[in-house]
Amino acid sequence: MLEVDVTGQVGAFSLSACFSGGAGVTALFGQSGAGKTTITNMIAGLVKPTAGRIIVKGEVLFDAAQGINMSLRQRRIGQVYQDARLFPHLTVRSNLTFARWAGGRSTTRSFDEVVGLLGIAELLDRKPAHLSGGERQRVAIGRALLSDPRILLMDEPLASLDQGRKADILPYLDRLRQEAGLPIVYVSHAMEEVARLAETLVIVSGGKVLAHGPVADIMSRVDLGNATGRHEAGALLEGSVSHVDDGWGLAHVDLGQGQIMQIPDPSLSAGDAMRLRIRARDVALSLSPPTGLSIRNVLSGEVLQVTVEDGPYAEVVCAVAGQTLRARITRASAHELGLQPGLKIFMLVKSVAIERRQRMAVGHLSSGFRSGDKA
Amino acid sequence: MSFFVLQPAELDALLLTLRVTCVGLVVALPLAVAVAYVLARYRFPGHGVLNALIHLPLVMPPVVTGYLLLLAFGRKGPIGSLLSDWFGVSVAFTWEGAALAAGVMAFPLIVRPIRLSFEAIDPKLEQAAAALGTRTGIAFLVITLPLALPGILGGAILGFAKAMGEFGATITFVSNIPGETRTLSLALYTAIQSPGGEMPALRLTLISAAVAFAALILSELWARKLRARLAGADA
Repeated sequence: MLEVDVTGQVGAFSLSACFSGGAGVTALFGQSGAGKTTITNMIAGLVKPTAGRIIVKGEVLFDAAQGINMSLRQRRIGQVYQDARLFPHLTVRSNLTFARWAGGRSTTRSFDEVVGLLGIAELLDRKPAHLSGGERQRVAIGRALLSDPRILLMDEPLASLDQGRKADILPYLDRLRQEAGLPIVYVSHAMEEVARLAETLVIVSGGKVLAHGPVADIMSRVDLGNATGRHEAGALLEGSVSHVDDGWGLAHVDLGQGQIMQIPDPSLSAGDAMRLRIRARDVALSLSPPTGLSIRNVLSGEVLQVTVEDGPYAEVVCAVAGQTLRARITRASAHELGLQPGLKIFMLVKSVAIERRQRMAVGHLSSGFRSGDKA
Repeated sequence: MSFFVLQPAELDALLLTLRVTCVGLVVALPLAVAVAYVLARYRFPGHGVLNALIHLPLVMPPVVTGYLLLLAFGRKGPIGSLLSDWFGVSVAFTWEGAALAAGVMAFPLIVRPIRLSFEAIDPKLEQAAAALGTRTGIAFLVITLPLALPGILGGAILGFAKAMGEFGATITFVSNIPGETRTLSLALYTAIQSPGGEMPALRLTLISAAVAFAALILSELWARKLRARLAGADA
């Protein structure tokens, strides 16, 4: 879908990036100044790399060796920026249809479908000045979708919104991911957004790509600790809701191989595919199945890797139901438990630690969700 | 004889002034928009020289500008002889020449606010338009130009005022010919110079003030409407 192999120079900053992304969301993650925006500017055609190539859906947008460098207009990349960049003198409707009436683009996507997807039907006759930050971003996404793009490029679309607005808009991004049928490059420095949305994760640091691959694989890698942030570090577990216990308000998520996690969310329904982000600091380890504890989630598996740090902490990577989970414990505990690869281990996770921001429905298994193909 | 009845010569002067001003403005405005856009958006060798050249009529004595126009556009001047050879037109000592003088003198005042409003428009909006498939020319017409309209209006008002009152360059370049180049200002000057001209001078003064006042009110109304439309007040 997306192949990027570029080197370039912007002022004193030099960048060298090589990664590929599949269908769905490819997230570029890194701290500010890491080079994420330079990479997106190169894909968009705003910054010219000195060498390398960029290929989107089999189309060569840039190839230094062959002297190919498509213009901004020819690239057909739907761009959504942090500062929406709506045209202030045009109504929401005229902004949305801009690519059609000013750019001569015809789109297979229907106007009503996009308006419905983003929930902006009420806003059509307003001017951008009368929209909230979240509404502006949704209109900007709609405008990009209606420009018949090969790919959607979203550069920190939530960065300028407060926490509440972010929570408002994330469900729309979820739907977009599932229903737009369009590869998305999503730039962010917020791990929770990345964990929720991405299929492929690209870690960018100091103008270089440190790692790229499936999001769960990359997040379980301890060696990327500095780039992914120690405090927020964690792993992704995927599973599906097996049943919902309405009496206690708990949904049971089956991770496979009979391993069950209980999540405090009665709004889920059986068959929902879930992605859970379990922070390493929320996981405790035990050699034997514990009794007399309030903790409801006890997963069994084995230790894959123990990384002892210079300070008081140790990072333990464990296998559970063919997936990986990270635990951040003290070095002293790791020593006392005698943790080493291959050891049978029980992983304890408080249900309460899996708060709303840490879990997301990624579709529904029984309905054959992935309807992206039809668009 | 009633004070409020215009003499034919005064009516001529009023109509001539409006014609000279409007023609000068209509020709100068698109040129000013182009120059302002180039100055605002591009950096190139000669940027400073172009900028200084445009501002010259503002800082030079008007008589000097008028004399330079006479040298260039007079019958024997380099541009004037070309015009008369190729098209058989002459602007020296005609009302078209007065319009030219008005346009040249007003030009720096028209360019300045337009340039400022272009500079205030984020070039990223033009990039966004390009990413949505818009050609540069169309993006200019549907994004940049509408957003710059308040500045263009401001420039037009300043230019209108300057062109209405132009005196020094006009009298030097095209002289003071009744019915051809005698605009309100020149008529007023002539009246003051003639014995018993106090009454006509007063009437001409009132006419000038009234025209200027009406133009200002109209443009203020228009500007208010424009600002509301751009800011998105749902009018």
